[in-house]
Amino acid sequence: MDVLGPNEWQAVWLSLKVATWATAATLPLGIGVAFALARWQFPGKAVLNALVHLPLVLPPVVTGYLLLLTFGRQGVIGQFLHEFGIVLAFHWTGAALAAAVMAFPLMVRALRMAVEAVDPKLEQAAHTLGASPIWVFFTVTLPLMLPGILTGLILAFAKALGEFGATITFAANIPGQTQTIPTAIYAALQVPGQEAAATWLVILSITLALSALLVSELLARQARRRLGTA
Amino acid sequence: MLDVEIRHQLGQMALDIGFTAPKGVTVLFGPSGAGKTTVINAVAGLIRPEHARISVAGHRQCDTANGIWVPPHKRQIGCIFQDARLFPHLSVRSNLTYGRWFSRRPPVSKFADIVDLLGLGLLLDRRPATLSGGEKQRVAIGRALLSNPKLILADEPLAALDEARKSEILPYFERLRDHVDIPILYVSHSIQEVARLATTVVALSQGRVLTSGTATQVLGDPVILHMGGKAAGAILHAQVICHHADGLTELNAGGQVILVPRLDQVVGSLVRIRVSAQDVILSRTPPKGLSALNIIEGAITDIRTEAGLGVVVSMGTSAGVILARLTQRSVGALGLRVGDTCHAIMKSVALAETGVP
Repeated sequence: MDVLGPNEWQAVWLSLKVATWATAATLPLGIGVAFALARWQFPGKAVLNALVHLPLVLPPVVTGYLLLLTFGRQGVIGQFLHEFGIVLAFHWTGAALAAAVMAFPLMVRALRMAVEAVDPKLEQAAHTLGASPIWVFFTVTLPLMLPGILTGLILAFAKALGEFGATITFAANIPGQTQTIPTAIYAALQVPGQEAAATWLVILSITLALSALLVSELLARQARRRLGTA
Repeated sequence: MLDVEIRHQLGQMALDIGFTAPKGVTVLFGPSGAGKTTVINAVAGLIRPEHARISVAGHRQCDTANGIWVPPHKRQIGCIFQDARLFPHLSVRSNLTYGRWFSRRPPVSKFADIVDLLGLGLLLDRRPATLSGGEKQRVAIGRALLSNPKLILADEPLAALDEARKSEILPYFERLRDHVDIPILYVSHSIQEVARLATTVVALSQGRVLTSGTATQVLGDPVILHMGGKAAGAILHAQVICHHADGLTELNAGGQVILVPRLDQVVGSLVRIRVSAQDVILSRTPPKGLSALNIIEGAITDIRTEAGLGVVVSMGTSAGVILARLTQRSVGALGLRVGDTCHAIMKSVALAETGVP
């Protein structure tokens, strides 16, 4: 695949890095939010739900701009983080943040369904056997959520791999630094004679997405078989 | 020892229940909607009743007047649910040992002993999804026992099983009652289970305690017939005398000979026999030329007209109290009155053994 220059390959590796970090970092928060939405009644629940889903319905460029306003060097949080030497805007970590925000609703939806699929009666049984609420969560709820967690992870990973609008707005499209597969494809298409590179990136991108779906389906099936629900 | 006092509004019904469960099996008996499961859930700590005082082995678990409420995981109460509720992601072995992780007391019963008692040896490495209904329930019983409980709650543990599975599981509860030193509160709406298992019976109806006492007292009380349906009736305690070649087993109940279809019990063992009130015929004079083999003489102690049941006659005999359901017309024709001597006639095939007392 000599068609892909060093910059393109860098885009592929950066995409994988960005998507991995975006997915891994949002998982704990995603589980927390999904659990709260599925199980608890609290004031502001509707607001939280809307907030989580906002990136799904907003134009991605708006999300990217809002990220820039808050996490940019002049933004409230950006300024604060800058004090500790953490820079997000126009940096690969910014691409990861943008991907995470965009993938978050998909992950929460999958995880919420996973929580709702756990029978609270099993958790009650665990309580009566002496397990405190936190132990019940880690020994019963979480393992039973596993098929849904896998689905959520893969969905979020695939979404993070393909994120474009918010990433290009917040982290820009700097080859070797913040350029991911989608932004690399976009850049290649802007320059005449780069169609071959773009095509290979497209094929790569389709392959990655399809294998992610396949792996998730296989893992989820295996997990369901272990639980005896398949 | 369990002490319970609960007042709780349950939809339209005001629950007001108090009882004490001593050692052995205490059966909470009553039709569905009587409030049995609410009592169980309150004792387990799965619901918070409006007013309640619950103590297990002298330790207060819930006392609304003094603001005491122990959360379920600190109560040390083992629950056996109708739907076994095994953890599907764990093997049978891990299900059984689940409660051990959290118990701070040294284990009361050994893992190997419980596995033996419940016949779980061959199931240990299987997953719950591959078990039959009866096997699941046995694992659930083992799991509750191995969590080091001070009390076992069983909420209609047989209701979801078919007849064959029921008779597979019942003996395990009898073993529990006889070999494990933990009081058991057992919820049931089946008179068969009550007659077979109960040491103590608390009969509930419409959120109140209708009557309570030993199994013999409660099942000999005519009011219980309303709840037990066709099978309801007094129980007699008897001893196996011998097995006859013609397929009958001879029993001795307080000096009275009773013949029943062959029992699978060794000579000398003690059994409970349930006498369904509707299977008893009364006669003024000692009957002759009858096919029925069991005729017991006694004196009438009570005659009650019960709505929907006709007349219920209680008869005191040397074998114990016998209840008979008669029509108003028969009672009139025989001129039965309290104190009269009478003969109770029971077909052998109508008598059912209900287990070892």
